[in-house]
Amino acid sequence: MEIDRPLPNPMTPEAKPYWDGLREGKLMLPKCGACGHVFWYPRVACPKCHARDIGWTQSKGRGTLHAFEIGYQSFNKAFKVPTPYVLAMVELAEGPRMLTNLIDVEPDPKKIACDMPVEVVFSKLTDEVTLPLFRPVR
Amino acid sequence: MANLRDLSNVACIVGVDESDEMGTLPHKSQLSLHVEAVTNAVRDAGLRISDVDGIFTAGQHSPATIGEALGITPRYVDGTTVGGCSFIIMVGHAVAALHHGLCDVAVISHGESGRSQVGVSPRRDTAIPGQYEAPYGFGPAPTMFGLITTRHMHRYGTTLDQWAQVAVSTRKWAALNPKALRREPITVQDVLKARPVVYPFTVLNICLVTDAGGAVVLTRADRAKDCAKRPVYVRGLGEGTEHVSLTQMKDLTFSEATRISGDKAFRMAGVGPTDFQHIMLYDAFTSGPPIMLESLGIAKRGEGVHFFAEGRSTPAGSLPINTNGGGLSYTHTGMYGIFPIIEATRQLRGECGPRQVPGVRTSLVNGMGGMLSAAGTLVLSNET
Repeated sequence: MEIDRPLPNPMTPEAKPYWDGLREGKLMLPKCGACGHVFWYPRVACPKCHARDIGWTQSKGRGTLHAFEIGYQSFNKAFKVPTPYVLAMVELAEGPRMLTNLIDVEPDPKKIACDMPVEVVFSKLTDEVTLPLFRPVR
Repeated sequence: MANLRDLSNVACIVGVDESDEMGTLPHKSQLSLHVEAVTNAVRDAGLRISDVDGIFTAGQHSPATIGEALGITPRYVDGTTVGGCSFIIMVGHAVAALHHGLCDVAVISHGESGRSQVGVSPRRDTAIPGQYEAPYGFGPAPTMFGLITTRHMHRYGTTLDQWAQVAVSTRKWAALNPKALRREPITVQDVLKARPVVYPFTVLNICLVTDAGGAVVLTRADRAKDCAKRPVYVRGLGEGTEHVSLTQMKDLTFSEATRISGDKAFRMAGVGPTDFQHIMLYDAFTSGPPIMLESLGIAKRGEGVHFFAEGRSTPAGSLPINTNGGGLSYTHTGMYGIFPIIEATRQLRGECGPRQVPGVRTSLVNGMGGMLSAAGTLVLSNET
């Protein structure tokens, strides 16, 4: 299958458990070993208590659509997903927000609402890369 | 401990100007845009390039490059780059440097080939956007600022019609500015029916993309009196940053960076949110200025658009906003922040002809960097 998106580049060492998890169908989130804060994006110190003790926790893959846009053109030559497509910010039940795409939905602002419940879908691009996309919970 | 108020009115803006040309300039290097703007602004001040000993710039060039191109050897430089408001923040940095004698004549310079991309190269770290944003189609600013906007619409019930009013108001001002790129009148319907780019934005909700330069010259208040034009006092200044990645913004509908920056500037100047006769807000998108008014405490949360929808912001209105025609209709190179400073200065000098706001004494300049990520605020006045 043709790869219709820019592959994540670079894939950085502090995010390895995240990318490894996605390949196994798990959405892993960084979690501070000192204060328990679950956060996004992966980094080497906790953004809340600043401890250098970062572990990982598996997300249930559920959340809400925090905000969205509908792309009527591609903004990157390597992004070949047919237009219109839905750009999304999802707020996971564990707290952090991520950028993603909302799929399995009509790309019409009348059919999409902020705070609608969504769930993760694992989309395999290559043997190395699986992306977390989201769809409305039915 | 030093008091921020000690910096109020110690320095003045004494020269401002744009590059010789603005618009689509594929024949012009970015360095030429800088040098044109700086030489024009220094002439506006009645000074010489050899008087300049402080250089401030952001973006593609280091201040050293600007000094070299001008043929001078500055004794103070600043290259703070936190997005388009960097030049607004640099006014504050220049005031502090002038006050402490680190330099005597400060030039803040901008030159960007945003449209023609002459010599432009991306130089930022791609680890975060490359991993967590680009695979989903996120990239340029419209793919981010739309998220802020749909969340605001959800939370406060703001509408596409209301955002469109920002474009309509700003275009009315552009019609009065001969330097504005787009001057033909537009209606709310024109904005709504324009080419959709990324919902909730049509192309008329998004700033222009142009090639241009701009520069601002500052000196201490005692010396400013000897310059060519009426001095414009920097009465208050502020800066702040909250996030870069939009996922890290605590509340998408409210800019914490802007609140921090505005608070500082207002307190330093000893002014409140109703003390301005003229306002310049960084308008990369129609939803930006209303959210800034809310974050600055000038409008209630969710009600910033009323300033535009009710016509207060327009040429006949009670609180003129973005009187140069803004990034939406006058010019927007990419890092727009120098241009609102230039316009506020001209308004405070009374140089604006048909778009002159009568009786301006105090002007507010507020800009954003990135997606309301950083902010710079200035309270400018033509009296002490």
